[in-house]
Amino acid sequence: MNRITQTFAALQEKHKKALIPFITAGDPDPEITVDLMHCLVSAGSDIIELGVPFSDPMADGPTIQRSSERALKHHIGLSDVLDMVRNFRTKDTQTPVVLMGYANPIEAMGYQRFAVQAKTAGVDGILTVDYPPEECEEWVQCLEQQEIDAIFLLSPTSSVSRITQVAKLAKGYIYYVSLKGVTGAMHLDLNNIEAMLEKLRATITIPIGVGFGIRDSATAGDVAQLADAVVIGSRIIEEIEGSPQSELLNNIRGLIAGMRKAIDEKCSQR
Amino acid sequence: MNVYDLPDKKGHFGPYGGIFVAETLISALDTLREQYEFYWNDETFKDEFSHELSHFVGRPSPIYHAKRWSEHLGGAQILLKREDLNHTGAHKVNNTIGQALLARRMGKNRVIAETGAGQHGVATATVAARYGMKCVVYMGAEDVKRQAPNVYRMKLLGAEVVPVESGSRTLKDALNEAMRDWVTHVEDTFYIIGTVAGPHPYPMMVRDFQTIIGIEAKKQMQADFGRQPDVLMACVGGGSNAIGLFYPYINDNNVRMIGVEAAGKGLDTNQHAATLTKGKPGVLHGNRTYLIQDEHGQIIETHSISAGLDYPGVGPEHAWLKDIHRAEYVGVTDEEALGAFHALCHFEGIIPALESSHALAYAAKFAPTLNKDKLILINLSGRGDKDMATVSQMSGITL
Repeated sequence: MNRITQTFAALQEKHKKALIPFITAGDPDPEITVDLMHCLVSAGSDIIELGVPFSDPMADGPTIQRSSERALKHHIGLSDVLDMVRNFRTKDTQTPVVLMGYANPIEAMGYQRFAVQAKTAGVDGILTVDYPPEECEEWVQCLEQQEIDAIFLLSPTSSVSRITQVAKLAKGYIYYVSLKGVTGAMHLDLNNIEAMLEKLRATITIPIGVGFGIRDSATAGDVAQLADAVVIGSRIIEEIEGSPQSELLNNIRGLIAGMRKAIDEKCSQR
Repeated sequence: MNVYDLPDKKGHFGPYGGIFVAETLISALDTLREQYEFYWNDETFKDEFSHELSHFVGRPSPIYHAKRWSEHLGGAQILLKREDLNHTGAHKVNNTIGQALLARRMGKNRVIAETGAGQHGVATATVAARYGMKCVVYMGAEDVKRQAPNVYRMKLLGAEVVPVESGSRTLKDALNEAMRDWVTHVEDTFYIIGTVAGPHPYPMMVRDFQTIIGIEAKKQMQADFGRQPDVLMACVGGGSNAIGLFYPYINDNNVRMIGVEAAGKGLDTNQHAATLTKGKPGVLHGNRTYLIQDEHGQIIETHSISAGLDYPGVGPEHAWLKDIHRAEYVGVTDEEALGAFHALCHFEGIIPALESSHALAYAAKFAPTLNKDKLILINLSGRGDKDMATVSQMSGITL
């Protein structure tokens, strides 16, 4: 059993839901990323999604675009991101790390080479936004050989046949994009999420995380009642943007701890 | 070579093309593909498209024998397919009409587009006005500054022009932003992509709408010259005007096809947009193709005197035609393009677009190496009125 599956199994035993924060590697600067990861864990995160900066983040809203641009100012590439994971693993061998990013940096390094290096560094899952199932057969095979989970997205527009297709390939957990639009968008409709999750669970047996549009503890708690995991991205990046260097870790710790508390409270009320 | 019938069902041209987008767009692309395939074979749709091309655009565009310039160059005869005479001044409108007619049939009342120089934006704004649709055009903030007259044109036509401040604030960023808009408004919005790039079915669909160029050319060559050309030439940014001319000739192996890219300040500098000549395969904007990128897979800013060629990717079909050696791709510098621009003004009384001037510049080098009985057909994809500011500035004149 790999770290992602173990994490979900342990949470389920305790009737808890996973909290999955997203940060971009190298934002606001490369020195702080590993500390930030440890901080996320100590504040109550279960899995870390680490964004690989890309020059053209087509599926991201302005907040995550800016974080990518800040990281790219420090010329953070895929191999630097792997170094950060390796560094993180010297102190934390438990918390799963999922890389999230776009296809081209992976194409540039080569599937095979990247999959091997990611495994060695201690990566547990990879979500590539612009590798949909029909284009990633070879890539998924490379990940399988290295026992890295291929994480896939599903969205409100995914058809039943699409859900079946993704279910066959997906490992670890499904990332359900709760909104049409890019990351950082507003206005979640919990009824829609509930209905869609029911539809997904008819086919999907692995845990389902919900992300996009979760901006405060209350919403995190509400979503946690429906899903197996709550993914928080843009809200954290905004906190990073708005925090002076000296306050950064404290502010993030406060934000995550608040979300953790809300999630645990809502879910124990059930 | 076997008869060419690409792309395959999944939109692949060999290893290129495909559908590399986030999940949210998959169902919209599925629907678009189904609807496009239906209407492209629908007689009523085809009749309306063809009627619009003749009555609104002014097709067919003639083939013009540039005799004085050919004589001056002293080699092959240069023939120009006059897409510059189209309504809105370039080939772009062939495609925007096709996509707007499709949008209407799909019940989409809002169209969006990306634009670099503004030609595709103007062509989209034009058809949106023509069909009474709401239109939003995304344009890099840098380009908004550089191309003020076209920005004003789009506004006159009723479009909203949104300056894009992210990334390098040029065409590629405008494309990113248009994609983001589409993901968010996928129910009521049709994204009119301006070139043969993007996720399947765009490279195929845009090509099909542009093949009118080559289909007409074949008939006109037979009627006016009694034979087909020896060489086809066209500039390549994304590659829509080139594929429009090339495609109907792909199975005619005795016709050479040469695509001319922007070599900017030189292929050995880092300031060019010669994607096929200097790039490497990768994934951007929904398809796998050659890209100008660094060793980490980050997309690099490109440079060309012509905003329409200033793009780090290229249509996937061109990538494949290069790999199978069916078409050749070469680079022409800013300076050479500018020289050809002035030559065509001087010898033929035609002011060409700076984009098209790249094809002209290569012809100027190539024609003298051929006998006088050889025929080179160049796609004169657009007229140069929009380039007055750039060209005058290069000559040190402020208008």
